[in-house]
Amino acid sequence: MTSTEEVRPDPVRPAGLGPAGWLRWAWRLLTSMRTALILLFLFAIAAVPGSLFPQRSISPDRVAQYFTDDPGTARWLDRLWLFDVYASPWFAATYLLLFLSLAGCVVPRAAAHARELRRPPPAAPRNLSRLPRHAEFTAPGVTAESAATRLRAMRFRTVTGPDWVAGEKGYLRESGNLLFHLALLALLVAVGAGALYGYRGNVLLVEGNGFANTVAAYDRYIPGQRVSADSLQPFSFTLDDFQATYVAAGQRRGQPLDYSARITVADRPGAAERPYTLRVNEPLDVGGTQAYLLGHGYAPTFKVLDGKGEVAFDGPVPCLTADQATYTSECVIKVPDARPEQLGFLVRFLPTTVPAQDGTYVSVFPGAANPTAQVFAFSGDLGLGSGRPQSVYRLETDRLKPLVMGNKTKPLAVGETLALPSGAGSVQLTGVREWITLQVAHDPGRVPALVAAGLAVLGLVLSLTVRRRRVWVRLGAPGEGGPRAVEVGGLTRDEGGDGFAEEFSRVVTALRGPRDGAAAAREGVKDAH
Amino acid sequence: MPTDPGLATTSDQLVLAAILLYVVAMIGYALDLGFGRVRSAAVPAREPVLAGGPGAPAEPAEPPARPDPPPAWAARAGTAAVVLSWLGWAANLGALVARGVAVGRWPWGNMYEFVVAISLAAMTAFLLMQPRRPVRFIGAFVSVAAALCLGFAVRYLHVDAGPVIPALNSYWIAIHVSAAILASGLFIVAGVAGLVFLVRGDGPSRLPGRVELEAIAHRAIVVAFPIWTFAVIAGAMWADKAWGRYWGWDPKEVWAFITWIAYAAYLHAKATAGWRGRAATIVQLIAFACLIFNLVGVNIFIPGLHSYAEVP
Ligand code: HEM
Repeated sequence: MTSTEEVRPDPVRPAGLGPAGWLRWAWRLLTSMRTALILLFLFAIAAVPGSLFPQRSISPDRVAQYFTDDPGTARWLDRLWLFDVYASPWFAATYLLLFLSLAGCVVPRAAAHARELRRPPPAAPRNLSRLPRHAEFTAPGVTAESAATRLRAMRFRTVTGPDWVAGEKGYLRESGNLLFHLALLALLVAVGAGALYGYRGNVLLVEGNGFANTVAAYDRYIPGQRVSADSLQPFSFTLDDFQATYVAAGQRRGQPLDYSARITVADRPGAAERPYTLRVNEPLDVGGTQAYLLGHGYAPTFKVLDGKGEVAFDGPVPCLTADQATYTSECVIKVPDARPEQLGFLVRFLPTTVPAQDGTYVSVFPGAANPTAQVFAFSGDLGLGSGRPQSVYRLETDRLKPLVMGNKTKPLAVGETLALPSGAGSVQLTGVREWITLQVAHDPGRVPALVAAGLAVLGLVLSLTVRRRRVWVRLGAPGEGGPRAVEVGGLTRDEGGDGFAEEFSRVVTALRGPRDGAAAAREGVKDAH
Repeated sequence: MPTDPGLATTSDQLVLAAILLYVVAMIGYALDLGFGRVRSAAVPAREPVLAGGPGAPAEPAEPPARPDPPPAWAARAGTAAVVLSWLGWAANLGALVARGVAVGRWPWGNMYEFVVAISLAAMTAFLLMQPRRPVRFIGAFVSVAAALCLGFAVRYLHVDAGPVIPALNSYWIAIHVSAAILASGLFIVAGVAGLVFLVRGDGPSRLPGRVELEAIAHRAIVVAFPIWTFAVIAGAMWADKAWGRYWGWDPKEVWAFITWIAYAAYLHAKATAGWRGRAATIVQLIAFACLIFNLVGVNIFIPGLHSYAEVP
């Protein structure tokens, strides 16, 4: 803590005290300012490894990569929680200790400050000339009362004796300092509460489809420990249209310019629907729950007829983006209902297709200017009956036999149909839609955290800019109506007291009275050299 | 908004002009530094003391009489250096403004633009401090730092003027990044003062006195620290809008936080523990190292969400 007082000395280790004594000692040690500072450093240092190793909460794929590249080291790192630094017990230990220490340090200080605010400034020391700032002059008609009035006009807090005045100013420094530290405590509480009572979830949505905010609707749902499934804000919306705009020409061709998703929102079941446009940086907010646009991709639509001529599949297939620069995407269609045999397809989707020199086809632009789909077909057993969970983005080809293969087959344009060999059926590219991924997050701590952070800054500025300073005035014995000797001393108790010299000469000028002010100022400047 | 290639070229040329002017200014400062008046060391150049009582510090001893007075051209070189730095500053500002107008957005949307803006901020901080405090002689070092920043930006970071990706298309760029730039500029001045402090011995020297150097660094940090705090908070508010959480321990966030703690430690060390001189300066420079690591290391070596780290 920044402080105007001395550092509390470390408590002396008790010799031969009972458990109560040890506890008291430990508490004093924990709440000493030095410990708080050390813990703050530890907290910062503990955060470092999280920026050097990939974190599960941020980039799980890079963690998985680490495990495949170097499983031995990865296992050890994992044992030390180095892939989950910010959820690790040792990280929690540092901030819990810091929290305790701050609380134990700040609360008593706040009480002390409250007392000090009511205490008058201390009486003048015997020898004012020993103070860092000192001036003497003689002036007629100065009394302790008049000096105190002038000091008060400069917003000093004063106490007056028979022939002396003590003034003090700058209490806001300690107030600001305490505000800062209390706000930090509040910030820690808000962050913690947000983690306990908030949740986040991810969902993928294809154009034309809807989403209702229930746990079941999420692809991935991460609740805080105190969230119940039915406390989710019951809104819903439909994705009407998604538009991505890209730079069309020049060096930056293909760079995204804007993403916008038009949605129709119902804030609660049965409420009137309203249109909204989701953008990056412009989330949807329904009663403090927010939906963010995270990513997008293509979902071409296909119609599959099986060997018997029945429609076995008809709809959009969300594809994984394999290449961000061209949005070349990879998709899997599983058609378990196809007869006589199940059908499976691997699809390469090319948003802007051009033939390459070697006879293959590639995409050259992320926008869908000339969309085609290259289809690789399989028939046989998709392996869905085994009960083993399967990814929708992977085709298990062990028990499938290839029907149509080859990178050089001409891809299907929209509306075109590929007939499968030996009467196994056909597949048609019927259209192109897009999908978006959304993150929905509810964090009840965000507004309190913001308020706490704002207060912390306010307190910080006060404690850095306000200086605590004291001024004493002592009057010599009054002559018979003649001028009276006046002695002024001043000190500031804080670092950076460079502005205090000027302030002190202003105080002296004010005490001398307006008539002599100019002369005093001149003298002050002369004295300065 | 289409890019204006003519203005973009003007901007690139102005950056080169700024580098040139900064380098020439540096030579001017160096001449004044090398041949000008020797300042006494232990006592700051300006310590206003009213009526020195018994406890007050003694008057600064006159510097030992030197056989020949410094040549007049040395002082003139110093004055010319200040003028040149202002010209370089104007070119630096012009480059930034031209780039901004050329692309029709805030001109700090990638590493190149960001570094150009930081060197402007550092120069501004120095030039504004300069008439108020006897800090002219760190001008040689600040203008070197600014010229190096700009040179590094031109050589390694330059990307053609153009639009930004959607994530950066937000008014928050004006708030968050501007604050980060301002604070970084001030921290650079403090860092330079700290380095000069370490280089300079305690004896008489043409460099500003150690007390003065420490005061400059302290002043700059006291101003920069709240701005930095604000930048971090504004970043959190932007992250809340852009990424769906206000704090997620992204590497940039981690290092912003560490830098914050390190500068807080410096302020504490000065205020509470009463550290002075070398010890306090070393703490300050550690914090400065964290800052630079965050600006350079994190962007280049550590993958994260801060997508502006677009390096060619
Ligand atoms: C204090 C050290 C930081 C610096 C120097 C810094 C600097 C920047 C810069 C230069 C940009 C890019 C804007 C542009 O390219 O024009 C940016 C963007 C951003 N910053 Fe920071 N930042 C810092 C810390 C933070 C923190 C602590 C947060 C969040 C808690 C944050 C959140 C963001 C967000 C959300 C963006 C925009 C999105 C993006 O880049 O993809 N920043 N920051």
